[in-house]
Amino acid sequence: MTTIPTETRQPGKASLLYDPKIRGYAYQILLLAVVGFLVWSAASNAIENLRAQKIASGFGFWHNAAGFDVNQKLIPFSASGSTYGQAFYVGLLNTLLVASIGIVLSTFLGFFVGVARLSSNWVLAKLAMIYVEVIRNLPLLLQLFFWYNAVLKPLPDARNSIALPGSIFLNNRGLIMPNPQFGPAFQAVVVAFFLAAFAAIAFYIWSKRQQERTGKQYPNGLITLGLILGLPLIVYFLAGQPLSFDLPQQGRFNLTGGLQIYPEFVALLIGLTTYTAGFIAEVVRAGILAVSKGQTEAANALGLRAGPTLKLVVIPQAMRVIIPPLTSNYLNLTKNSSLAVAIGYPDLVQVFTGTVLNQTGQAVEVVAITMAVYLTISLVTSLFMNIYNKRMALVER
Amino acid sequence: MKKFFAAAIAGLGLAVTASAASAQAPSTLAQVKQRNILNCGSNTGLAGFGVPDAQGNWQGLDVEYCRAIAAAIFNDPNKVKFIPLSAKDRFTALQSGEVDVLVRNSTWTMTRDASLGIVFTGVNYYDGQGFMVRKKLGVTSAKQLSGASVCTQQGTTTELNLADYFRANNLKYEVVAFASSDETIKAYDAGRCDAFTTDASGLYAERLKLTAPDDHIVLPEIISKEPLGPSVRNNDSGWFNLVKWVHYAMINAEELGVTKANVDEMLKSPNPEIKRLLGTEGKFGETIGLTPDWVVRIVKHVGNYGESFEKNVGQGSLLKIARGQNGLWTKGGLQYAPPVR
Repeated sequence: MTTIPTETRQPGKASLLYDPKIRGYAYQILLLAVVGFLVWSAASNAIENLRAQKIASGFGFWHNAAGFDVNQKLIPFSASGSTYGQAFYVGLLNTLLVASIGIVLSTFLGFFVGVARLSSNWVLAKLAMIYVEVIRNLPLLLQLFFWYNAVLKPLPDARNSIALPGSIFLNNRGLIMPNPQFGPAFQAVVVAFFLAAFAAIAFYIWSKRQQERTGKQYPNGLITLGLILGLPLIVYFLAGQPLSFDLPQQGRFNLTGGLQIYPEFVALLIGLTTYTAGFIAEVVRAGILAVSKGQTEAANALGLRAGPTLKLVVIPQAMRVIIPPLTSNYLNLTKNSSLAVAIGYPDLVQVFTGTVLNQTGQAVEVVAITMAVYLTISLVTSLFMNIYNKRMALVER
Repeated sequence: MKKFFAAAIAGLGLAVTASAASAQAPSTLAQVKQRNILNCGSNTGLAGFGVPDAQGNWQGLDVEYCRAIAAAIFNDPNKVKFIPLSAKDRFTALQSGEVDVLVRNSTWTMTRDASLGIVFTGVNYYDGQGFMVRKKLGVTSAKQLSGASVCTQQGTTTELNLADYFRANNLKYEVVAFASSDETIKAYDAGRCDAFTTDASGLYAERLKLTAPDDHIVLPEIISKEPLGPSVRNNDSGWFNLVKWVHYAMINAEELGVTKANVDEMLKSPNPEIKRLLGTEGKFGETIGLTPDWVVRIVKHVGNYGESFEKNVGQGSLLKIARGQNGLWTKGGLQYAPPVR
């Protein structure tokens, strides 16, 4: 009787070299090392060359005095005492301002035009089509020049401003309106506003539950509006109207005081909004067309009118197709805002990659920072849109 | 697979050593000679200093400086490629080697000399910053500009001087900065600003671009020193010397009365200073890598400094700027050249 040897062969134990898993790791590590070496050598090479050419390097300039002024600034900034680092934040905030307002406005306009293009109203559909075709087929830079000149040229000069009701003035220096000055008691109004907002949300959730249980519908919109407007207003009057206005006054050249919206900002905002809306309109149209016609017919058969059909049946399904390309349009808008440099709007590129780069001469550092900022903004936008997309996506069971 | 990685790493190593070695590049003069053309960074369009005419030929005081360098090297003033640069791109273009010399009405400052990796070779035009306003505003002095909007070009010393001036005089203002000079003057013309500011010579040049030049006046204040001159990279002292001495040659030629018209006769001059300048005595040109007759080439093709000045910005031009500070030191101006000896 022979015995079978109990020793079984252990695969891979013979040689680590032939273990596919370990080989895989080895190659990954090797690749990482190569990439790391490439980055390191490029960086050290750049530093070496900068030194050889006697060009200043490093980030020491960040705390140096800037010595120039910027007209539109969301944080205090002046030639006396502000640094290049603060100039960076001024530019960054201006970029974020125009990009965020532009994203909101272009979404509304784009949805409207996209839906209009599918409208059964012939005139409306054709107008929407012309809009999309014209806007999408002209270079954005050209459109910005057009808007800048279209905004600027027809307006009167500062001494002959168009006076609008409520101490609002319009001239070729922009739109100047009363600047609200908040008294200390105004905090109560802010608190009331947030309370009202919470109450509105709570009511909305409650009413949805009620509707699901009993089928009874509540006028949600009206009640929300009433809460959010009404409660702060009541508190405002109870607190003794703690709000005053700094009114614009006619100076020798310009109106002084007040809150000024600069024409460069308006031109850039209109240009970016209308341009991106053209693309969003097509994305929306594609999304709606992707929803099978049977869905609309089924909704009609259930007796839903055109409005609720669109709102409750078509759009929610279309959103799944719309969101991914919509995200890339948002990213495009943000990146396109750097064309501001052509019309004198002080965005990040204009202030930081323009003036600061030129005054310090540190192109490598300044451009690297600027690229990192745009990358960060884009990635953060993508992240939020991906989260939203996940919520809207078809739940697969 | 292993071979592939080995090859990739070897290739990478080679690339890195090659790029490190490139720091030891041949001299700028050798590069220019080998390329057979001079790359000159120039203004995008400033009348009198650097602007292409209707036929596309570049004209101006700065342009002729580059032509003089080309004439000295190649005996041909047309072996220049003009590369128009905006104010904010100019120094980067010079640093990166895109141009051999930057002659683009740039102000010589300490920061630019010390930390940009460039050096200024001299001053070919002494300027100062001024303001232009509409006549109908009734402004007669820059001190009355409190509350005004001012259009300027970004990335310039102008932008900094403007902030300094209004701060020092405790005046309020709004700055509107544009990347290009064309956009700046267009916005001023459209009424976006009350005042337009740049170097005084530039004010006269830009005024010609306005729809109604006569409706605008230049205010009397000059608020800064703007020594405008050429710059080169700070790693080639031979090239620095060459560019510097082209300017001195033109000034010395004017001082000694050597002109485009009489340069051939001057070759026979017994004056030792003229003989040294024109290379009939000594071989001074060779010390900066040129031929002994380098100044003859410059003057024959371009003229002396005074001739170039009058033709481009002086009485022979639309700008009609007086010599003033830019006159020779012998005539009360600031233009002074060390002797050739």
